[in-house]
Amino acid sequence: MNKNIILYGAILIFGIAAPFIFPAFKVQLSILCILIILAITWNVQGGEMGYNTFGNILFYGLGMYLCASVQVGMFFPLGEWTEGGGEKTFVHTPAQFFQGFAVGLAVAAVVPAIVAGLIGYSILGLRGHYFAICTLGLGVAAGEISGGIEIIGAGQGFTTPPFPNVDRLEARGEFFYFCSFIVLVFTFLAVKAIYSTRFKLVLNAIRDNEDKAEAMGIQTMKYKIIGWMISAFFCGLAGGIMGGLVGYIDSTDVAFDGREMGVFMVLMAILGGKGTLWGPVIGATLFHIFKEGFWTFFLGWQYVALGVLIVVIVIYFPEGIMGWLREKYPERFGEVVDEADRKAQVTLK
Amino acid sequence: MDFLIFQVPMLTLQAVLDGLLLGILFALIAYGMALQWGVMNIINIAQGDLVILGGYIAYFMYLYGIHPAWGVIVSPIIMYFVGVIIYKLVINKVVDRDLFISILATFGISILFMQLMNFAFGADVVLANSGYGTTMLFDNSVTLPNSKIFSAFISIVFAIGLVIYMKKSKLGRAIRATAQNARAAKILGVDTEKVYAATFGINAALCGVAGALISITFTIHPYMGLPYTIRSFMIVIVAGLGNLPGVAMSGMGLGVFEEFADYILGTEFRIGSVFLLLVLILVYRRFKLSKKREYLK
Repeated sequence: MNKNIILYGAILIFGIAAPFIFPAFKVQLSILCILIILAITWNVQGGEMGYNTFGNILFYGLGMYLCASVQVGMFFPLGEWTEGGGEKTFVHTPAQFFQGFAVGLAVAAVVPAIVAGLIGYSILGLRGHYFAICTLGLGVAAGEISGGIEIIGAGQGFTTPPFPNVDRLEARGEFFYFCSFIVLVFTFLAVKAIYSTRFKLVLNAIRDNEDKAEAMGIQTMKYKIIGWMISAFFCGLAGGIMGGLVGYIDSTDVAFDGREMGVFMVLMAILGGKGTLWGPVIGATLFHIFKEGFWTFFLGWQYVALGVLIVVIVIYFPEGIMGWLREKYPERFGEVVDEADRKAQVTLK
Repeated sequence: MDFLIFQVPMLTLQAVLDGLLLGILFALIAYGMALQWGVMNIINIAQGDLVILGGYIAYFMYLYGIHPAWGVIVSPIIMYFVGVIIYKLVINKVVDRDLFISILATFGISILFMQLMNFAFGADVVLANSGYGTTMLFDNSVTLPNSKIFSAFISIVFAIGLVIYMKKSKLGRAIRATAQNARAAKILGVDTEKVYAATFGINAALCGVAGALISITFTIHPYMGLPYTIRSFMIVIVAGLGNLPGVAMSGMGLGVFEEFADYILGTEFRIGSVFLLLVLILVYRRFKLSKKREYLK
């Protein structure tokens, strides 16, 4: 326990100090935080519940659009803003900006969770690969449809309000970094708390054998919907912050980017290890470092590398880093290993 | 409802005919998907990208002065080997595993193909002009490009040919045996590894034919693969595995649906409506099955 406090304290201090130690990487660090949030929330859904989804991008994009729309719509007519495109006819005062962002984030978190709750009953009745393909369809459909809606910019995109410079202080990077970092800490603690309750055991029961779980008297549908709502809540938050950070929302390339973000979150969680608390964090960090390296040095070939990476991870490394460590050092994970018993085990094929 | 399409009967007829001809092509792609899904239990997200790659083969023949219709013969031959190579490199490692693994792995292949095609062929929308002209019906009020009629005809020829091949040939029988029970087929001396490779190759070849036809009748673009995957997936789940007339019917139904969605909602919502239809079909089937306390497996 003592060790854990030191570990968490060290990470917290590093997290707070990071933008000042690496001032050039503030945006990258913020994106890292967002990626970790997405990986953790995907893991609640895909790792713990066993419902592998490509559709969490739906909530991420929804949160992004909602946050920006609320931030603009609270003070100015939304239609004129998006019609103006890049040319700013309206300027947020600092107070308006922060107020709008705060309300926007709240909406961006709550509405996706409600949406998940509403569609959950229909979609979560599907299982296995049908669920995966259905959510893939949902994500792409959302991107295509939002690309046709005029009021949020349609095909030309949506420029989020620019960060106001209070007293010529350039604090945009710090602001968004601390936003994403605080949300990350909040997400991590919330998920950690959830994982120590009976709820997590129910989710694992659903993953391992849903029919049996139902036969044992668990109302699986209720728990599945709640699990998806938790996932959607944090995805929406992450999307809202990401929208402000990027500064420009496009329906298929930024918000409902199933080809990038939608796959990244699955990949990060699998790379780190599905169904563990720390796995997605480690996976997302490694993945982000790899990705940035590749995006910088092999620009243009990044999707080729991404495709190869997906295939390699999925085929040769499906249990992830944490799964591999667990196999190697089971004692560290609190598993009691009886050496004689293990040797006596015969694996049947 | 005052949509133009319902007021002008000729326009309705036009949409229906366009949809039917388009749907036959979809059915051909879906047939490939049903084949490898049934035999290998794999959902291939890269299906659409194989189609687009096949289309580029025909397009390149057109660029070098050969009539693109010959692509219908050349493209499947090349694509067969592409399919076998993909099988040897990736698919044979995911055949016995969880379906989600196969979805993710083929998703990776799909991204890889998309980007490689983008490098090799550029990000422009292209089409191979066949120069077949158009047929006018009913006082020029319904126009049918001959290339579409040609592509529908070729698709039907290939589909019938494949059905006969699966029924009569030795490999076809081996494939059907493996689909029924891979283990029993192995015991009885069928080289299932070879059967799997051939199945994936045939699937890729079918995609090649469809791609060549699409490059003649419509347009191709490196990133247009995923909608074809989703369409064929949708057709297969509506029709069921191994139900060939069903595949043809639901393919044509989907084609007509798309044409009507195009007219009524506008072209920008066309792809979106296809994906939404997939979601609706899955949800509908889920509710229908849940009455019997079953679920889609």
